Amino acid sequence: MIRKSAAEMAKSLASGEITSVELTRAHLDQISRVDSQVNAFLHIDREGALEQAEQVDAKRRAGERLSLLAGVPLALKDVLVQKGIPTTCGSKMLEGWRPPYDSTVVRRLRENGIVILGKTNMDEFAMGSSTENSAYGPTRNPWDLTRIPGGSSGGSFAAIASFQAPFAIGTDTGGSIRQPAAVTATVGVKPTYGAVSRYGLVAFSSSLDQAGPCARTVLDAAYLHEAIAGHDPLDSTSINAPVPAVVAAAKDGNVGGMKIGVIKELQGDGYQPGVLRLFNESLEILASLGADIVEVSCKYFDYALAAYYLIAPSECSSNLARFDAMRYGIRRGEGSAEEVMNATRQIGFGREVKRRIILGTYALSSGYYDAYYGSAQKVRTLISRDFESAFKLADVLVSPTAPTTAFKIGEKANDPIAMYLNDIATIPTNLAGIGGMSLPSGLAFEDGLPAGFQIMAPAMKDDLMYKAGAALEAELVFKWQGPILNLAPKLGAR
Amino acid sequence: MTYMSSISRDDVANLAKLARIDLSEDELAGLVKELSVILDAVARVQEVAGSDVPPTSHPLPLVNVFRQDQVRPSLTPEEALSGAPAQEGKRFKVPQILGEE
Amino acid sequence: MALRYEEAIARYEPSLGLEVHVELATVSKMFCGCNTVFGAAANTQTCPVCLGLPGALPVANAKAIEYTIAIGLALNCSVAPFSRFARKNYFYPDMPKNFQTSQYDEPICTNGYLDITIDTDEGSKDFRIEIERVHMEEDTGKSLHMGGATGRIHGADYSLLDYNRAGIPLVEIVTKVIDGTGRHAPEVARAYVSELRDILRALGVSDVKMEQGSLRCDANVSLRPIGSEKLGTRSETKNVNSLKSVERAIRGEIIRHAELLNSNQRVIQETRHFHEDTGLTTSGRSKEQAEDYRYFPEPDLVPIAPSKEMIEKIAATLPEKPSVRRKKLQEAWQAPDKEMAAMINADVLDLVEATVKLGADPTRARSWWLGEIARIANERSVAASDLAISAADVAEIVALIVKGELTDKLARQVVEALINGEGRVGQIIQSRGIKVVSDDSSLMAAIERAIAAAPDVAEKVRGGNIPASGALIGAVMKESKGQADAAKVRDLLLKHLGQG
Repeated sequence: MIRKSAAEMAKSLASGEITSVELTRAHLDQISRVDSQVNAFLHIDREGALEQAEQVDAKRRAGERLSLLAGVPLALKDVLVQKGIPTTCGSKMLEGWRPPYDSTVVRRLRENGIVILGKTNMDEFAMGSSTENSAYGPTRNPWDLTRIPGGSSGGSFAAIASFQAPFAIGTDTGGSIRQPAAVTATVGVKPTYGAVSRYGLVAFSSSLDQAGPCARTVLDAAYLHEAIAGHDPLDSTSINAPVPAVVAAAKDGNVGGMKIGVIKELQGDGYQPGVLRLFNESLEILASLGADIVEVSCKYFDYALAAYYLIAPSECSSNLARFDAMRYGIRRGEGSAEEVMNATRQIGFGREVKRRIILGTYALSSGYYDAYYGSAQKVRTLISRDFESAFKLADVLVSPTAPTTAFKIGEKANDPIAMYLNDIATIPTNLAGIGGMSLPSGLAFEDGLPAGFQIMAPAMKDDLMYKAGAALEAELVFKWQGPILNLAPKLGAR
Repeated sequence: MTYMSSISRDDVANLAKLARIDLSEDELAGLVKELSVILDAVARVQEVAGSDVPPTSHPLPLVNVFRQDQVRPSLTPEEALSGAPAQEGKRFKVPQILGEE
Repeated sequence: MALRYEEAIARYEPSLGLEVHVELATVSKMFCGCNTVFGAAANTQTCPVCLGLPGALPVANAKAIEYTIAIGLALNCSVAPFSRFARKNYFYPDMPKNFQTSQYDEPICTNGYLDITIDTDEGSKDFRIEIERVHMEEDTGKSLHMGGATGRIHGADYSLLDYNRAGIPLVEIVTKVIDGTGRHAPEVARAYVSELRDILRALGVSDVKMEQGSLRCDANVSLRPIGSEKLGTRSETKNVNSLKSVERAIRGEIIRHAELLNSNQRVIQETRHFHEDTGLTTSGRSKEQAEDYRYFPEPDLVPIAPSKEMIEKIAATLPEKPSVRRKKLQEAWQAPDKEMAAMINADVLDLVEATVKLGADPTRARSWWLGEIARIANERSVAASDLAISAADVAEIVALIVKGELTDKLARQVVEALINGEGRVGQIIQSRGIKVVSDDSSLMAAIERAIAAAPDVAEKVRGGNIPASGALIGAVMKESKGQADAAKVRDLLLKHLGQG
């Protein structure tokens, strides 16, 4: 049962074939079996999950009308607050903190009767592409336990790729949903900025952060997307418009006549040949399904990475100022308030976080603001313009999600620039605020590891990427004679 | 004009002070090296940031998002203080504050 | 030997800059729904947003924006078609996010002015105070400094924080450099803050209570030698929380700067704290090394773009300008300039107006508010409006006086009793047994006794020396223990002596 899709589980629940308590227990058992190897979870809420499941079952027995996903378990990235449940953001800074409120995403999950199994591991405060920057140890890629699962939402994706949960919530600031989806052969969607409320999402970079679904199928992602998206009066940047019909689009899965733009700048040098080959095979499939493949150029994408590594650190230097040992979180050191703040922030933050805070402090400081932060904001405008022109030529744009398959844990730990290059293809959408999806394109010939295919759509046209994604997925699953995760090594058999 | 970004130990120490982070000499030395490399890489943004390009600070063109002036329930003081490292008399207890704002 | 103010001002030209912070009278905070009521138990008015909990997000209060625009319009500012919030980054334990959500290079209102008038020995003088900007921000929490000897920040062992005030909407009104006020600088500053306070009160956007901190003034002062063009180094005095203090603080700073400059010392650019008790300032934080606030546009809030209709709608609701209103009232009441100024100074204009509206004669109304009531307020160091006496009480008392049921002297007793909380006017008259002796026959008897006791005085009055009657009236009043109506005694006496 745990290898089924969330949609199939929902059907089994609705038909009475299985109860939510049974389903939840099955996942908790799988967590017990495999998570000591994967380290996907930072906190497992056994009692809470079973209690939620029991409530759903009771309602179902009483004949209440339930939402489609009611009773299906889920894993939540530890960057979203859930009342009373430890939330660390993968940082030592927040060790032991139990938030006194629910994020809007959690509230929506509850409203849908979705059972929250626990909180998943991540790069500290979502800063990273490998989940190695967690204060609680790295998460391992279920495809190869010596490799990274991507990041920063590595815990969420490792959990679903190892069947510890059918789907999960991740967040994406520069690719943190799409890149781990790519390297774990799963589906990850960063909706349009503003589509899913950020209320209760511990901010890394406010103008880039966006929560979204992590799933094993495009349709599951669509269901979860519809469950969590929609206007929230508690988030000023939340879009007050109907959520695009992504479930319908995923069910439709038709690319006949759709113009698909291949971004010239997001391929070639720096991309692993096996990744590129899979990308091109996917394009051929889409063409065979009646899509019109065109090439587009986005010449300012070359500057996206630089702009991102100014904007995100700048915002993070301000967002993370609140962690000062005065009101919550750990407190270390002796002496004055200032000394305690300085000592706590030295001990509480990891290396990457400190690096970005210092970088952001520099980029915002007087005398450098215009050259760095100011210029980065202008690049942001240029990237948006690139997208605007490209979307005049194509309905959706595509690229490989990440330039390579999963690398070894520790391989890039001492080379920040090499690490940052992981996000080269995913960052432009965050800068422009548009949506992006990654779905598996296959296993690279060099290393047999998964690669991802990225689809980008104009703002608030997230349905288009589900449409294209579902079409491609159907063909690939047929080609693979089943879900790609069937090809992954079995865990827990050691 | 493009800044050639050389960043010194003292620069980093000063930034760390602004950011309220103690850094060991080792950490300082490491950061000087890493930040120099990163700054060289990101300084490129200046190449295309012409004066004719408006900056984008919000990815969405939203304006005027307000709430009505209505009182909503607050947390209880117990909830508010639930994460406090130290408290006294329903107040957050913090070490002595030096300097004044 | 301390320098005299006159000597300071003879050599140096002062320049001022005033920053006034006003807490807006919204019912909820600037970016969250927490209550703003003053004086609630610690940390009962906080939530994830104003505590800066991880993940919480701000949403701007529409009323606060409207109020700010109204303030801008009342100060003749232009309202920006597009403005933004910005983060001002600095660490301080009373600021939950360690940045203040404020406005920086895109404030909501800019370039206004406020005209004020001051009274001088050479007659009244007009000044135009130019306003640089009006912008929105949020207040901080409050710290209690514990341990140590003084309860002050220095020497405290630890501090206790209450975030009830954190996130209350603040508007900051910043003047351009105020020049050319010469020796009147302190009075000009006072008159500006006073006029501003009246405008804010008339707008209904704040309760402008300086003593509770809902209106706070920072005063920048610099001196330059007369004839010199270049502005001197300024000091910024914070913590000035009464009109009188604004005047005193500036006067004190002018003297302090002049002393430094006279002895060839440097004025240090710094924050200074004003102490009500001594009237002096002490050094706070040096601003020589400007703090780097790393302002940047607040990404969690969207820009404000007030439509023309919105601005027009707010403009249409603006009340009459206090200066215009005062002119109208002065004419209607036929009040002399001095008395008008006295009423403004004592902050009783609204009360007098309300008393008159309730039927009291303007002269009597203002003489009560400016006289006995102001005296008691002064004695107790509170505002007249904070005493337990209302315009309705005064109107009632005035009516009783006019009817002859109270004398001025008796009325003063009633006023005092009211203020002491002894009940309503009627109750006080009854319980205290206050009664005007107005029975003509008993008065006549007393008058005759007085005449009999001083026949020579009576003779003078008969002979036309009216002022001499005072002694006789006094004797009658004395006999009645002050309960008689003096005016009536005078009437009866003069009639009796053939002078009526």
